[in-house]
Amino acid sequence: MPDFIELDRLEKVFTVRRRAGRLRRERREVRAVDGISCTVARGEMVGYIGPNGAGKSTTVKMLTGILTPSGGRLRVAGIDPATDRTRLARRMGVVFGQRTTLWWDLPLRDSYALMRRLYRIEPARYRVNLERCVDLLDLGALLDVPVRQLSLGQRMRGDIAAALLHDPEVLYLDEPTIGLDVVSKAKVRGFLRDVNAERGTTVLLTTHDLTDVEQLCDRVVVIDRGRLVYDGGLAGLRAAGGGERTLVVDLAREAPPVEVPGARFVRSEGPRQWLALPAGASAAPVVAALAARYPLADLSVREPDIEEVIARVYASGGVPAPTAAPR
Amino acid sequence: MVDGLRAYALITGMWVRSTLAYRASFAMTVVANFAVTALDFVAIMIMFGHVDALGGFAMAEVAFLYGTTSAAFGLADLLLGSMNGVGQRVRDGTLDVLLVRPVPVFLQVAADRFALRRLGRVSQALLVLGWSLVQLDAASWSAGQWLMVPMMVLSGTAIYGALYAGGAAFQFWAQDAAEVQNSFTYGGNTLLQYPPTVFGAELVRGVTFVVPLAFVNWVPALRVLGRDDPLGLPGWVDFASPAVALVCCAGAGLAWRAGLRGYRSTGS
Ligand SMILES: Nc1ncnc2c1ncn2[C@@H]1O[C@H](COP(=O)(O)OP(=O)(O)OP(=O)(O)O)[C@@H](O)[C@H]1O
Ligand SMILES: [Mg+2]
Repeated sequence: MPDFIELDRLEKVFTVRRRAGRLRRERREVRAVDGISCTVARGEMVGYIGPNGAGKSTTVKMLTGILTPSGGRLRVAGIDPATDRTRLARRMGVVFGQRTTLWWDLPLRDSYALMRRLYRIEPARYRVNLERCVDLLDLGALLDVPVRQLSLGQRMRGDIAAALLHDPEVLYLDEPTIGLDVVSKAKVRGFLRDVNAERGTTVLLTTHDLTDVEQLCDRVVVIDRGRLVYDGGLAGLRAAGGGERTLVVDLAREAPPVEVPGARFVRSEGPRQWLALPAGASAAPVVAALAARYPLADLSVREPDIEEVIARVYASGGVPAPTAAPR
Repeated sequence: MVDGLRAYALITGMWVRSTLAYRASFAMTVVANFAVTALDFVAIMIMFGHVDALGGFAMAEVAFLYGTTSAAFGLADLLLGSMNGVGQRVRDGTLDVLLVRPVPVFLQVAADRFALRRLGRVSQALLVLGWSLVQLDAASWSAGQWLMVPMMVLSGTAIYGALYAGGAAFQFWAQDAAEVQNSFTYGGNTLLQYPPTVFGAELVRGVTFVVPLAFVNWVPALRVLGRDDPLGLPGWVDFASPAVALVCCAGAGLAWRAGLRGYRSTGS
């Protein structure tokens, strides 16, 4: 089976004019997306992350046919989004965290009814889908409120429902959890997981909240300045990010810094000591060595914080080679 | 195409329903729209209080010109007047939202905030046109003369519509081009309400060959009214309005495509 979404050396270059001097204008090229290649299989759920200005939104706009690529090749379900936009539109759902796809002045209910007819959704199917969305996203009380009166979080939930009424094969979400409270976030995540699991909807989401990615995506694609810097599992990203795991050791009594091969002392606080392990390494031999030499009261291992890993990846401008020696 | 028109009908229908929800305010805006446009004609009537003819045209003839151009303009304004809003959408990037729906963007932009109150202008124009036909003793006209009337209104609608669409397309590059476009549509409409003979030949030539507004009513109307053409064009030109309208629409369509292809959204 061919891949559902194919990006092949995809590029988008914006020419921007900048004022240079009083009257002169200078043309400058912004390579928003600079040769990204990757594929997404049907039913995958992919987190698409990167620092501000990395080119995430630009990629999503090309995937949805809003922007025409300046170079490379792009196919979604075998369709070129730029030339066959309307045909693809029936098969995809889009949520922009920044702006609504609903009609600003209409109550949600009317927006949905209009969507039903524009997308030619079968009435029975529509009823089922709407009911489900209303249920899971808690929209019941909001259906008769004009969109402009909804709060950001309420509107976002309304938008997510709107993107799914026509059973799209693929769902693009550009920062769908921006501005949501903890409860709404959990609701939205649960809903997306269900949609993906039950209907096999392919999901691509961009976010700055890495918890979204941790809880939803088996796969992350990290881009920076328009280039792909990582594509793979979260665990791999942790290892590749060169992060360290932390071993928190509670000794029976206060002691000088412990010394064990394979771990590095970080700091201590009374009987508690923190040791650092390279992310890829197993903790077992270290723990065994510790237990043999010191009186242990308790012990726990912490994974490197994903935020930290990402921050390191962003800062270094790429993933260090996985073989890079830990410090 | 049929799909697109269905979508246009659905979206405009939705806007109509939502305006009709406030019946009183809707009625008021229609009346206001009617009254404002009627003022144009009142100005003409006042003028005829002082003179018997304007550029050699009697009041009924001027009313005929007024009715045909205003009806055409009113219909185009009703159907495509909302396209003026596209510049704003380009600037703030909300055009993105229209681009992800399975409906041609052109029709979505045209149907956006469809304003039924614009029927005010159309009905006022049709009233004046009806009155002029009575005054001109149109009952004695030939079938050919009669046929010219709907042809003028329909071709005129298409020509004005092309101006709206072309102006909207231009807004992809210059987001405040709405002003320029308004001067062509509103300005053109005001111009065409008067006989060509009151204007200089240069201007008449301009509206014939450059912006072919003269084909909305001047050129065909002179034939219907049995008047001489001030530019002395060959006789068949009097029937060229539908062809001119088609060419205008094709041009506007191309411009729209080019504009949409160059759309680059916004950074956030
Ligand atoms: N319409 C545009 N015109 C000019 N430059 C643009 C446009 N859209 C995006 N850019 C530029 O392209 C680059 C990528 O922008 P993009 O919006 O894709 O970033 P992003 O990864 O979505 O960032 P964020 O996390 O802040 O949303 C930025 O440098 C931005 O300035
Ligand atoms: Mg973005």
